[in-house]
Amino acid sequence: MGLFGNLFDKFKQGLQRTQELVLAPMQRLLGLRRLDEDQLLELEDLLLQADLGLHAVERLMERLRFEMKRNAEIDPKAVLKDELLKILRQVPSRPLEAKGTQVVLLVGVNGVGKTTTLGKLASHLKSRGEDVLVVAGDTFRAAAIDQLELWGERAGVPVIRNQMGGDPAAIAFDGATSAQAKGTPWVLIDTAGRLHTKDHLMRELDKIHRSLQKVIPEAPHRVILVMDATTGQNGLVQAEAFKAAAGITDLVLTKLDGSAKGGVVVPILERMKLPIAFVGVGEGVDDLIPFDPEAFVDGLLSA
Amino acid sequence: MFESLTEKLTKAMKSLRGETRLTEKNIEDALREVRMALLEADVHVQVARTFLQRVKEKALAQGPDGKGTVVLDGLNPAQQFIDIVYQELTEIMGGTAPEHPLDFASKPPTVVMMVGLQGAGKTTTCGKLAKFLKKLGRSPLLVPADIQRPAAVEQLHVVAQDAGVPSYRTDSKDPVAICKAAVEEARIKGWDTVILDTAGRLHLDEQLMNELVRIQEGTQPNEILFVADAMTGQDAVRSATAFHEKLGLTGVILTKTDGDTRGGAAFSIKHATGRPIKFVGEGEKLDDFQRFHPDRMAQRILGMGDVLTLIEQAKDKIDEKEAEAMAQKLVKNQFTLEDMRSQLQQVKKMGSMQKLIGMLPGMGQMKAQIESVVTDKRMTHLEAILNSMTPRERANHNLLDAKRKRRIAAGAGRPVHEINQLLKQFLEMKKMMGQMKDPRFMKRMAAMKNMPGMPKMPF
Ligand SMILES: Nc1nc2c(ncn2[C@@H]2O[C@H](COP(=O)(O)OP(=O)(O)OP(=O)(O)O)[C@@H](O)[C@H]2O)c(=O)[nH]1
Ligand SMILES: [Mg+2]
Repeated sequence: MGLFGNLFDKFKQGLQRTQELVLAPMQRLLGLRRLDEDQLLELEDLLLQADLGLHAVERLMERLRFEMKRNAEIDPKAVLKDELLKILRQVPSRPLEAKGTQVVLLVGVNGVGKTTTLGKLASHLKSRGEDVLVVAGDTFRAAAIDQLELWGERAGVPVIRNQMGGDPAAIAFDGATSAQAKGTPWVLIDTAGRLHTKDHLMRELDKIHRSLQKVIPEAPHRVILVMDATTGQNGLVQAEAFKAAAGITDLVLTKLDGSAKGGVVVPILERMKLPIAFVGVGEGVDDLIPFDPEAFVDGLLSA
Repeated sequence: MFESLTEKLTKAMKSLRGETRLTEKNIEDALREVRMALLEADVHVQVARTFLQRVKEKALAQGPDGKGTVVLDGLNPAQQFIDIVYQELTEIMGGTAPEHPLDFASKPPTVVMMVGLQGAGKTTTCGKLAKFLKKLGRSPLLVPADIQRPAAVEQLHVVAQDAGVPSYRTDSKDPVAICKAAVEEARIKGWDTVILDTAGRLHLDEQLMNELVRIQEGTQPNEILFVADAMTGQDAVRSATAFHEKLGLTGVILTKTDGDTRGGAAFSIKHATGRPIKFVGEGEKLDDFQRFHPDRMAQRILGMGDVLTLIEQAKDKIDEKEAEAMAQKLVKNQFTLEDMRSQLQQVKKMGSMQKLIGMLPGMGQMKAQIESVVTDKRMTHLEAILNSMTPRERANHNLLDAKRKRRIAAGAGRPVHEINQLLKQFLEMKKMMGQMKDPRFMKRMAAMKNMPGMPKMPF
């Protein structure tokens, strides 16, 4: 009997070791029922690797410590999930509902996926049977208008444009006017990528706002900040600057099909109470899906 | 947004003044602060850990007798420590730059292949590199091999035109065939450098990564440059490593450094691939492109500000003597409205204000201050006001009474309160500049001046 007991223990130990080796480090740690100081530090490092940032990770670690004080055993994964979901569910995403003419403005720093997201969005709305007018508001970057027109073709929606170097506010005005006259439910406006530190470019967004409001006082109804999932802690500053300059109402997180987790949205949402409207998961027309907080958190906690 | 590391450390380490050696104990707080600074700057967690371990060992074993480093007079242990951190970071980021920015083939054409994730900025960077090389007297050919993204080919043609270099035209939709044919054409027509703009792709995408390998095999590039967004977070290590393992990168180009990101990704990528960062992109214009300076990047990551770039750029465009005189005045606190005016003019010569401000040291308050003074439109107004003053008034701001202010306002076409505002800002600037007299500040500058590879400082 004793022998068997011993063997069994050995076997269990061996299994545990294998498990430690085979399982991804995060899975291993989250499978524990209590974490010692070293394990907590290891977990902290892994969480930081998801771009959650020091502050959010600290909050998560505090919650874990708190739970461990109150309970002999905890389920770290459930605890972290709960804490993260608290932040991510603060503001539920608002569906896009046609109501009169709705104007949607897409903004963000260079190369994050604004034009692509707009193309996907146009196609999504169109496939719901709702008409869309796309406005080529990036008159700055080389071939930006051609790029948008190709997306317009893909989605089967018209694109309104003026010449390169033209005034984005003027073309936005034209778009809103035309959509309103025709009763088109959606106006999607692409804008040039801009770094949030460039005041003159940020002021241009305000100019677009004002010219839209001359046509439709409530416009733009949605201002979507497009953010790349690979973005590090600078995302927080970006979000704040675009909030101040353009009154962003939603976030779209792109490139989640890569290996980056997009964790920077956690501190952003914690601070700014914004909903995430969609996430981008590829370069195809259909690669835009609604934000699912639970799936997102599972992603953050899998490394 | 972030308090600079120097500020934080100074606060945290006040009590340690007077200690003469770096010890495990007295650098403990500094280590923690540096770790936080690195993480806030997006340096990869593991990279930061390895780095700090190395710095710590160095700091504790560096004294002449093998014991901890001796703290220099007038510095506290934290400052001494940060100096070691800075030196080490600079060292790892690249030491001194190689003489030639690229490895040019002995038998042309030199083939440069640009690779990276989607949206990193490859196409724009191709144009910048082409223009850079053209200035060196080379004749580059740009090759659009991104048939993935809508209008990417068109974009490259436009960029080539802006750069004043030719781009390869073809109807082929096969990136491998395009690249091979373009290199062949360059050989025949005598273009000595071929720059291949490949489509952005995820390192997870096996098929597209293999396509890059086929381009590599087909064109035998002399350089394979990984183009990376300076705002990238922790993922930089993963993506750069994957590209490196697949292709064997020869270098890195960091883009979008004109924002306010601390750019820790640069360090992560360098650490992960061991490959030099060759260039940085710092704006949307094709001229906003420079060779990489490890020392500046190190300062930026640590939040010490980019004093050196600022000075070097200023030196390019401002008469050096003028700069010297100005620096003297700053030090003696004889800064006048006249100086403010000539500064404004010089700043205008140097191009966009924002860019300049972005390079100022992370002295949060000062930066905010200046930012409030000099948004671009306000500059014109400020100049109008200053121009409406008499030379005597500009030399002595105390002359400006209500009557004179009204006259100036009328002359400049600005309301009187703007004159008052300007005066207030002038006085604040004067005060801030006065603080530069602080011996500690000057010591720091002097220390930098004596570092190898540093440009001469005007003050
Ligand atoms: N893998 C992946 N790539 C994406 C996604 N969204 C956009 N991209 C790619 O990212 C690159 C940049 O996308 P754009 O839509 O041109 O980005 P942008 O923000 O409009 O860029 P600028 O207008 O130049 O500032 C393109 O190659 C897109 O195909 C996504 O969700 N996943
Ligand atoms: Mg775009």
